Amino acid sequence: MSARARLLLALGAVAALALPLVLPSNYAVNVAVMILFSAFLGQAWNIAGGFAGQTSFGHVVFFGTGAYASTILHATWGWNPWLAWPMAALAGGAVGLGIGALAFRAGLRGSYFALVTLAFAEVFRILANSAEFTRGGLGILIKADARAANFQFRDPAWFYYVALALVAASLAIAWWLRRSRFGAQLAAIRENEDAARALGIDVLRAKTLCMGISGAMAGAGGTFYAQKYLYIDPTIAFGVEKSVEMLLVSMIGGAGTVFGPLVGAVALGFVGEATRALTSAQGLGLVVYGIILVAIVARLPDGLIGLFARRAARRGGRDA
Amino acid sequence: MAEPGAPILEVRGLRAGYGAVEVLRGVDLELRAGEVVALLGSNGAGKSTLNNNLSGIYRPFAGSIRFLGEEIAGAPPTRIVEAGLVHVPEGRRVFPDLTVRENLELGSYRRGRAARARNLERVASIFPRLGERARQAAGTLSGGEQQMLAIGRGLMGEPRLLILDEPSLGLSPLLVEEMFALVGRLNADGLCVLLVEQNVVQSLAIAHRAYVLEHGAIALSGPAAELARDPALRRSYLGL
Ligand SMILES: Nc1ncnc2c1ncn2[C@@H]1O[C@H](COP(=O)(O)OP(=O)(O)OP(=O)(O)O)[C@@H](O)[C@H]1O
Ligand SMILES: [Mg+2]
Repeated sequence: MSARARLLLALGAVAALALPLVLPSNYAVNVAVMILFSAFLGQAWNIAGGFAGQTSFGHVVFFGTGAYASTILHATWGWNPWLAWPMAALAGGAVGLGIGALAFRAGLRGSYFALVTLAFAEVFRILANSAEFTRGGLGILIKADARAANFQFRDPAWFYYVALALVAASLAIAWWLRRSRFGAQLAAIRENEDAARALGIDVLRAKTLCMGISGAMAGAGGTFYAQKYLYIDPTIAFGVEKSVEMLLVSMIGGAGTVFGPLVGAVALGFVGEATRALTSAQGLGLVVYGIILVAIVARLPDGLIGLFARRAARRGGRDA
Repeated sequence: MAEPGAPILEVRGLRAGYGAVEVLRGVDLELRAGEVVALLGSNGAGKSTLNNNLSGIYRPFAGSIRFLGEEIAGAPPTRIVEAGLVHVPEGRRVFPDLTVRENLELGSYRRGRAARARNLERVASIFPRLGERARQAAGTLSGGEQQMLAIGRGLMGEPRLLILDEPSLGLSPLLVEEMFALVGRLNADGLCVLLVEQNVVQSLAIAHRAYVLEHGAIALSGPAAELARDPALRRSYLGL
């Protein structure tokens, strides 16, 4: 990392830490929490969809699995939610490994893989809707008891700091992936799977492992969501919306880059708030989203990050 | 050139294809230590299919492939690369967003990891261009440079047998010359090469022996010098 990049990163970290102190209202803090959370989930998607090129339309399945895992442990079995949290990551990771192993062993690639993940999410939604232990369509309520020991906070600033820690951890994972041998294997698979195989890279193992990591991250996200809103149901946990959001923030910011999902989440967060402030027309936000997405895909295939990288390249730098 | 010796690769009755389509209908082929063997055949004859089955990218329907005495038919590519059979596929498949150096390092992922630094130097001395551009994204190299990179990446795995599928494709005549000279030099250092080429004359000039694949079976084989004089081959491939 160049000295300049390190300085920018330090400034960004200080600003992020100080942000809740200067935001005018709890509402604004909550918006910031959702932006960070979106960046975190986007990074989970990015590990598989960006770094390894395994585009998924159903990443919510890991999020929902994690949300249900910790919520059932907590609400039904009385576990402390902090202890249930790692179990959510394990559950999400296990489902990631399972779906990865099944789909990749069957040789599914590209849009076939994407559609199969979507189908898995749908199956999980239907199962959650009908099973006893998920309380079906009623969903599960978590009893409000705002104590930090209970992973519930009266002041949203605390959720902000937990989300910030998640984002920092996800950036660290992405950073490590960029530089590790494993990350180089994933990049090789993304760019040319057959060539990677010819080099003796264990493609199946690398892709499956990557889905496991990605699933564990999204699963951990599920617990955060459940503890913040104290309620989950099959549509929240396994609905297609979150899948789309994860994919969008990553693609808009720049899939396959370390900071892409964060940049994308901030951009989409601002667009969402701006449309909400300017108009009360239902659904207009979605229209604006759609237009922005089309514009980005058409004009900026590398996402918003690509803009900075291009400017850096013109200056002669290479560290994007 | 080194004197041919013990068998390195023995292919017997190999049948392979895609789905229900059989492309190779019983191929027999052999490579001995120190040899360059040319594999000739018209477009669609099944040369790349043979390579892909030798290197494990596809699994053969039937038949046996023995490499250094070990049966590898149907083995996963990871194991085949580990055993020292390295395949540089058709069409310069470099990883465009990775740097030249990262591309090369991926070549030593399964094999030759211990001597990676030394092999990087060796590849840079064979292809000085690659050394100069080590930090550049591979996608920004010229077509010829990408082909060099694909071959250099193959060499990083310290192959016992190197399969080159149309290495001269898309190279300028001068680079084609260089390409063949390189194969000769690598062979002089003891490397076995299975060379798939459209440049029949030049391939036969550097190869010890050659096979001609037609309709999924070996139609002709023998010492390269003899095949170069074969009237049937001259008619069908050289238009003479
Ligand atoms: N992935 C594939 N799926 C289905 N059929 C294939 C596939 N790859 C090749 N084939 C078919 O197998 C036959 C042999 O193809 P192959 O690529 O082995 O020929 P080749 O001898 O390498 O030709 P060329 O000189 O053009 O490279 C062709 O008829 C081709 O259409
Ligand atoms: Mg071919």
